[in-house]
Formats: sequence, C-alpha cells, structure tokens
Amino acid sequence: MLTALFVMSGIALVLGAVLGFAALKFKVGGNPLIEKIDAILPQTQCGQCTFPGCKPYATAIAEGRADINQCPPGGEEGIRKLADLLGVDFKPFGENAAPAVKSVAFIDESTCIGCTLCIQACPVDAITGAAKQMHTIISAECTGCVLCVAPCPVDCISMITIEEKVNTWKWKYPVFPIAPINPAARP
Amino acid sequence: MNAPLPLHKFHGGIHPPTHKAQSTQHPIGQAKIPAQLIIPFYQHAGNQAKPIVAVGERVLKGQMIGMPQGHISSAIHASTSGTISALDMQTIAHPSGLQDLCATLLPDGLDEWIAHAPLDYPTMTADEIRHALRMAGVVGLGGATFPSDVKLSRSDAKHVIHTLVLNGAECEPYITCDDMVMRERAAEILNGAEIVRGLLRAEKILIGIEDNKPQAIAALQQAAMQGAHQNIHVVAVPTIYPGGGEKQLLRVLTGIEVPAHQRPTDFGLQCFNVATVYQIWRALALGEPLISRIVTVTGNVRQAQNYEVLLGTPVLEIVAQAGILPDTHSYIMGGPMMGFTLPTDAVGVIKASNCIIAASAKLFPPPPPAMPCIRCTRCADVCPAELQPQDLFWFAKSKNFEQAKKYNLFDCIECGACNYVCPSQIPLVQYYRFAKGEIRTQNKEQANADTARQRFEFRFSRIEREKQEKAAKLAAREKPAPTELPISDKVNEL
Repeated sequence: MLTALFVMSGIALVLGAVLGFAALKFKVGGNPLIEKIDAILPQTQCGQCTFPGCKPYATAIAEGRADINQCPPGGEEGIRKLADLLGVDFKPFGENAAPAVKSVAFIDESTCIGCTLCIQACPVDAITGAAKQMHTIISAECTGCVLCVAPCPVDCISMITIEEKVNTWKWKYPVFPIAPINPAARP
Repeated sequence: MNAPLPLHKFHGGIHPPTHKAQSTQHPIGQAKIPAQLIIPFYQHAGNQAKPIVAVGERVLKGQMIGMPQGHISSAIHASTSGTISALDMQTIAHPSGLQDLCATLLPDGLDEWIAHAPLDYPTMTADEIRHALRMAGVVGLGGATFPSDVKLSRSDAKHVIHTLVLNGAECEPYITCDDMVMRERAAEILNGAEIVRGLLRAEKILIGIEDNKPQAIAALQQAAMQGAHQNIHVVAVPTIYPGGGEKQLLRVLTGIEVPAHQRPTDFGLQCFNVATVYQIWRALALGEPLISRIVTVTGNVRQAQNYEVLLGTPVLEIVAQAGILPDTHSYIMGGPMMGFTLPTDAVGVIKASNCIIAASAKLFPPPPPAMPCIRCTRCADVCPAELQPQDLFWFAKSKNFEQAKKYNLFDCIECGACNYVCPSQIPLVQYYRFAKGEIRTQNKEQANADTARQRFEFRFSRIEREKQEKAAKLAAREKPAPTELPISDKVNEL
C-alpha cells in the first residue's frame, strides 16, 4: 500500500518536473496566430483596413476586433486563405472595400519641391531623396499603398497601373462561349 | 557501325497522324528577303536584349543590334543589311498577343555582311567560347530558346557530364525542320557536337532520332563514318509522341528517369537540339551569328516546304512563298499539339519559330464543346510525366492550387497528349497552364510581400531607435553633467 503510494507520487513528481521544464524550454513567444495571419496579408502596409499596417490588422483579427474582409490588396484569394486558417466562412468584400488594380506610385520629378513629406509617409522606405532635393520612387519596392499621394503639397505623385507585359503575362482561366440553344430543339 | 544500344520506354504517349511527308518532298529553300523585318528584342528565355542602335542607323548583316543583359540573356542581330526605321512596341509571336520592343529593319537589298571571320575555337578557353556564343545570340532552337552558353557552363565538380544527348526526335506532327537539317547538314551538326562535347568534357554522344526519319538517321550515320567521329551513337528511337521531350528522350536512350525538381545535369546528361548544335558550329566555325533559322511552312499551303528564313521576316510573307490556299483563316506557330495561334500574320519569325502551319477550318475544325469529365483516366494512361491529369484538371478548375502543386503540376510538360485522348474534349492543358501561371504569380507576390514586411519592420525599428536617441539627447541636455561642477569651481578659483 505504502510502496504504491510512493511509486505513484514519484511518477507524478518526475512527470511534473518534465512538463515544467518543457513549458519553460519550448515556450512560444507571442501569439503564433498573429504571425500566421500576417504571413497571408499582402504587406502593402496601406492602412486600407483602418489599422496602421498589416501586423496591427493581423493582431486585430487574432483578437477578434476585426473582420477578415477588410484587406482590398489581398483580394478575394486572401479572404479565402484567412477563412481557411481561422476556420470561418468566406465573406465577400463590403461595399466600401473592393480590390483595386495593382499600381505603383510615380513622382513627376520636374514638379517635386523636395519637401520629404512623401518619404515620411512611405511605410516601406521606397522613396529616395533629401530635403530640397528631387525625390523618386524605387518602383521595385513600391507596394502601391497610395499613402504618399495625400501628403504631397504640389500633387506631383500619381499612381500608375501596372500593365501586363510579355514576361508577366499568364494564361487565363479557360472560358468557352455558350452556344445559343435552339428553343424548338429542346425536349 | 555501332552495336545497337538497349532502348527503354517512358510511360504513356500517343500516335497522332504525323503529316510530315508533305514538307519533306523538297530540299530546304531560301526564303526571299522581305520588304521589312520586324525583329523583337525578346526572343529568348531570360532578360530582354538592350537595343544598341538608333532609329535611322544603317546596319550590316550580322551586326549586333541588341546587347544581352544579365546572366541569362542573348544577343540580337540584324538579319540583313539595311536601315533601322523604328524601335517601338509591336505585336510579337507570343500566345499573349501583347506588344513588345521590336526593331523594324528596312533591307537595302545588298545583303552586305559585317566583317566576320571563323573563330580559332580550338585554342580558345571555355569561357571565351561561351562568351562568343552569347554574343552570337545562340539559343536552343527546339522551342525553349534557352541561351546555349548558360547550358554549356554546368560542367563543374558537382555536375560531371558524361553523355551529350542530341535531340533529333522531332515528335510533334507537321514539323520537319530538324529532319531536313539532319538530312542536309549532318557533317556540320557532328562538328558542332564535337565542340559541345569538348566544352562539357563529355565522353559519349547519343543522337536520338525517331525511326520515321530513316534518311536523317542514314545521313548522320554516314557523316559520323566519314568524319571519323569516335563514340557517337546515332540511335533510332520509336516514333511516339512526346518522345522528343527532353526527359522522355533521355529516359528512352539511357533508362535514367530524371525526377521532379532535378535536371539532367544532376545525372551527368546534357541535351541539345540538333539545330542548336548546328548553329553553335556556325557561330564558331564561320563566325556567323544566329540571324536565320529553318522554318517548316506547312498546312493549308500549295507546296509545303522548309525554308531558311531570316529572323524578323513577317509570317505572311514566308507563308505566301509556299502559296497560301484561300480558306486559310489563321496561322499556328509550332505544332498542332503544343503550338499557339499567332495573334496576327504580320509578326516576325523569331528564334523559337520552328514551324508555321496555315490553318483552315477543314484542317483544324473548331473543337466541339467540352463535356463533363467522366473520370475515365484515359489521360492518365497517356501522360508521359506519369501524372494524374484528371485530378489536376479538377484542382485547376476549382483553383485549388495547393493541391495541384502537391500532385506535381509543375512536372507537366504541356504536351497535350491528355487533350488528344479526352473523350469529353476537355482542353486540359489550358487549365494546367492557367494554374501554373497563377501559382507562379502567387509565389512572386509572396516574395514581394516578404521583402515589404522586412522593410516595414526595419523602418519601424529605425523610427523607434531614433526616438529613443532623441529622448536620450534631450535628457542629457536638460540635466547638466556633474563633471561640469569642478570646472566652475576652478573658474572661481582663478
């Protein structure tokens, strides 16, 4: 009787120590769900979701403060992936949030006065230039978030739609014309 | 000459009617110099060549007009002498029908060569030869137009090439350009093969030719004998589509099955098209850049024939030479299985144009409407990549790309054998191409998003750091340092 008690409590102690050690050793820092959601978001950092960047939006989704259909740059594909990850139903975009065509910002360099306001607004450091010097967009890094357009005092920034080129072209989803059916021939 | 090699088999394959006889009745003809040439700067895999001529400039035949940019790129040359009349966006021979940068060359009719001489390639280093090929614009002429110099640079410690395989299978219906090159220029092909063998330090050369080209096989065998070439095997492989696919031909000739995500070079094999090898010889032994290629003109024409065509020749002009029959409605570049309908008949012939088929409603009747998939798995029976086309179709149609990737969509060579046998006439390959394009775009966007995230996070931490530094500075200024007290004491003392 006494031996059994010792054995059982001994096992409990050992297992408890192992569990306690594992809890410290393999502690997960932060909320892993936030990272997973953030990986799906397109990282335009545009703020169209009403949050200041993709990570804050991911945090808000994880905490249940935001819906999954607030990211226009991610497109419907993005909503579908979020729905898959979170185990909720797909939700179409609301009326005021629709996916826009992909574009990059362009600075009309002859109009630019070098005020650096757009540089401060750019979330991904895709604008180069210095005070009283002409600015320009590093188009390869531009996410097309439009955040630089509003601050410009001389309206020299415009958004240019990215057109399909031969090396970016891809095959379209096969669509077949529906042949009209002769109503008389129908059974 | 050589003992017959044991041949192997690949999975599936089909036997479509070949339609090759009509274009092999006549020797290779010389196409006329057209009134104008439209030469795109994007004729190869990799980066577009950069124009190095100005509008109005007179150029000579063989003069470089496009400079290669970056590692994978190739040069573009003027196909004849004349004046560059425009450098602008024009429709090119591409399934998209989009426009791209082209040079319009108005020939002066003199066909005057730029100064060129045979290169002394036996004394040149491998790097010099590769550079010469890059500057001569030599790319793979089997259809993929991959720069040849890049393919010749893989013979390092990890990739020791022991066998060079020349692809003369030409399995696709209608196309006979490689057949005719092998018949008429066999000795040159073998000389080119020797150059490539030297560069790759390969021991053996295997030339795979489908057994429906007995004349080409005989010509190469005779040339191998006359040229006293050692360790070259001309092998007749069974005629089955797509036996000319790189991985399929390698499997038939060597029995090696190159797995997914691996290249033939990982197994000591390297494969070149016979016409490419011929052009390599031409670039080195004659010093002539790639400015023309053999094009099969066939289909709905009076006299189907192969022509040596200057690159940039408008498709309509070259087909007109063969005699267009009145009910022709469009032109297909490549074969009926893997080719595509050209957007207009004004596009210029490019390095990838192996065949131009004049299409009529009689030759290529419009496909009947696709019926639902009945999962008969006939497509799986013929798939040379041993995939499950019916499942891939399902996934591509429902845009379930993750699952399509898991089922090895990217091993699909888009040969169209599944389309050919499908009893429901579903254009399966169109779905695979769509899914591949979407997956590639998604991967690219993911990579872009990752860099954007990094940049965003770096900017955020930089701003935080600047704030802290500023605060620290401010604090330092507001509270004078205690070390200053003794100085004031000293002043008082003074």
